Amino acid sequence: MPSSVEPVLDPLFSTPITERKLVLEARDLRRTFTSGSRLNPTRVSAVDGVSLQLHAGETLGIVGESGCGKSTLARMLVGLERPDGGSLTYHGTDVTRARRSDRRLLRTGVQMIFQDPYTSLDPRMSVGDIIAEPMAATRSASPAARRERVAELLGLVGLAPDMMSRYPHQFSGGQRQRIGIARALALDPDVLVCDEAVSALDVSVQAQVINLLGELQRRLGVAIMFIAHDLSVVRHIADNVAVMYLGRIAEQGGTETVYGSPAHPYTQALLSATPSHSRADRGKLARRRILSGEPPSPVNPPTGCRFNPRCWLATDECRTTQPPLREIAVASPTVAADLGLRPVGESRVVACHHAEKALQEAALVG
Amino acid sequence: MDIRETTAVDEVAALRVRDLSVTFTGGGREVRAVRGIDLDVAKGEFVALLGESGSGKSVTARAIMGLTDEFTRVDAAELRVSGVDIQALGENERRMMRGERMSLVLQDALSALNPVMTIGNQIGELFRVHRGSTRKQARASAVELLGLVGIPAPAKRVDDYPHQFSGGMRQRILIAMAIALEPEMLIADEPTTALDVTVQAQILDLLGSLRDQLGMGILLITHDLGVVMEVADRLAVMYAGRIVERGDADTVLDHPAHPYTEALLRSVPEAGIRGRDLMTIPGSPPSPAQTPPGCSFNPRCHMAIDICRTVRPPLVDVADGRASACHRSEELLHALVS
Ligand SMILES: Nc1ncnc2c1ncn2[C@@H]1O[C@H](COP(=O)(O)OP(=O)(O)OP(=O)(O)O)[C@@H](O)[C@H]1O
Ligand SMILES: Nc1ncnc2c1ncn2[C@@H]1O[C@H](COP(=O)(O)OP(=O)(O)OP(=O)(O)O)[C@@H](O)[C@H]1O
Ligand code: SF4
Ligand code: SF4
Ligand SMILES: [Mg+2]
Ligand SMILES: [Mg+2]
Repeated sequence: MPSSVEPVLDPLFSTPITERKLVLEARDLRRTFTSGSRLNPTRVSAVDGVSLQLHAGETLGIVGESGCGKSTLARMLVGLERPDGGSLTYHGTDVTRARRSDRRLLRTGVQMIFQDPYTSLDPRMSVGDIIAEPMAATRSASPAARRERVAELLGLVGLAPDMMSRYPHQFSGGQRQRIGIARALALDPDVLVCDEAVSALDVSVQAQVINLLGELQRRLGVAIMFIAHDLSVVRHIADNVAVMYLGRIAEQGGTETVYGSPAHPYTQALLSATPSHSRADRGKLARRRILSGEPPSPVNPPTGCRFNPRCWLATDECRTTQPPLREIAVASPTVAADLGLRPVGESRVVACHHAEKALQEAALVG
Repeated sequence: MDIRETTAVDEVAALRVRDLSVTFTGGGREVRAVRGIDLDVAKGEFVALLGESGSGKSVTARAIMGLTDEFTRVDAAELRVSGVDIQALGENERRMMRGERMSLVLQDALSALNPVMTIGNQIGELFRVHRGSTRKQARASAVELLGLVGIPAPAKRVDDYPHQFSGGMRQRILIAMAIALEPEMLIADEPTTALDVTVQAQILDLLGSLRDQLGMGILLITHDLGVVMEVADRLAVMYAGRIVERGDADTVLDHPAHPYTEALLRSVPEAGIRGRDLMTIPGSPPSPAQTPPGCSFNPRCHMAIDICRTVRPPLVDVADGRASACHRSEELLHALVS
């Protein structure tokens, strides 16, 4: 990987991520919703025991199928949704059941870019007021300085400063998404949770926003959690990646390790589905491995490993025992090489009883 | 007037638009967001409408559907869906036409759904109003449709409200509602932006089979080139309210004849360049209130020459079945071919 040999001058970025300052830590977060009619309620287990750490200057990518709990996790991290269980620590302070003062801490330091650019913007407020809102709420900067900052932020996301006085409904989908991004950046947060932050943007504007996030990170050391369904975008920007399946983390580790040699059967299936941007591969989307079985449902999720009804490696153990996240046991360096594992910097955990077998089979096929 | 009567001939286009302009008149000065575009979608054809954020794609879609407010002026020489002259219809007829014969998947999934009505009732209502179904039949149809768009455990989720679904699920619920009555013309505005590849493939397959089985014409608005490559028969590229290139999808993607299309194709992120800055098109898209004179793309175009700053290039045929609006299309095409 060529980027590792490039000289890195910034002291923050010359330290390995895990030795950098721990900014946000989630332990065993859980959230279950009750839905359906009152007579016949349904329980939806949206997030079930997710732990993760975010360090200064790190980008953690979160990928997984629609409905697997990504937004619910994100909302818990920024304090918008209360977890049913587990804990959340921000700069060493427990903010799980945040009292007022702690929540203010979260509000200035942790910002979120929402998946839905329409409903997250107040239709009655001008765009200038929307972007200035975090500054006004925390009483940072004078009104004049705020206006100036708003103009600067609009420019950063590729919108003309004179759009400040307009209202959300007068903007296109991608423009609204960028308004949300500008608002999230207003206070120079140290954690930025991006929930599908670039999905409504065309490739060129998308590239512009991704470059902006990268630059911001280099300059300010922001920790970014980047949720996206676009696997190539995540690969491009994330240092580490967590793959979610039905409310749990299936696999987590360095981006190149996970993409290069996925060890969880679900990650393998997910990656095999990446569409190609070449016309020659047309139709591949339909031909590739489509996971068999019912679409996964967080209503009455399967026991044991939640992936078992769709997994081609499932055994009895998988149907009864939930696999914990663990490192892969590799006997020797030769075995590691056979499995296509990279010798150095190998850091990844997998929640699968048969990860070694999955890895070996993939190595044989590939 | 029975709206079905006018479709006597079999081979009428699913959509035919000529010289469509949309102007916003609110807020003092007029803003022309769409400027004289032509669009055709044949029966059973999948046409993609591509373009930068803010180029006028959604405004075009809403204008065709007649979903505009009092501050919006729509002018068109011709606007026909399955042969029916939309402009001649009254508001009631147009409403019946929507859903029944033409439908739109709106870009904003949540705001398009009624927050205080269960999903089952919202979908079911379509069947009750347009098909006279009983409550029970309507509910069964709703469950079936939800399953079709890949909502897990549909029978258990049918009584949930919109906010109880994830972003991608809401998008699929909108798709379910748009195809419920099997319209002849479907406009889908970014229908798969919130969807992961597996679900996306499922939705595209579903649209593809509706096209094949019912001869539905589909106009797919998207910025996702992967999707375009996957399904489009033809495509049109918009820039600053105008169509700047159009033609057969394979041809245009292989050899774009407009510098904007070319730049768009170059900014796709690819594996292997991790951490590096991505290619972007310099500058930002012009606001419709102040488009530059000459070619709208000229301040950002690496091929711009003097004439580009004064004379607007018309959309003209550059080869069989394809057109481009650029003074230097010929050069661009030949440079790429050689
Ligand atoms: N308020 C709620 N009430 C009931 N169920 C909910 C609620 N919010 C989310 N859910 C359910 O929790 C599950 C996870 O939803 P979430 O929005 O976290 O998914 P996601 O991974 O963000 O999906 P997407 O990629 O489609 O946005 C879904 O089944 C959803 O229906
Ligand atoms: N109600 C309105 N009043 C004034 N201007 C508007 C209004 N609605 C849209 N516009 C402007 O018209 C232009 C085209 O908007 P449109 O929503 O069609 O863009 P789009 O191509 O769909 O972009 P995106 O890909 O971001 O959704 C934008 O510059 C937008 O700001
Ligand atoms: S634990 Fe079993 S069911 Fe789950 S992914 Fe591994 S092999 Fe498949
Ligand atoms: S007309 Fe000129 S400015 Fe416009 S796209 Fe062509 S070369 Fe570029
Ligand atoms: Mg989500
Ligand atoms: Mg739009």
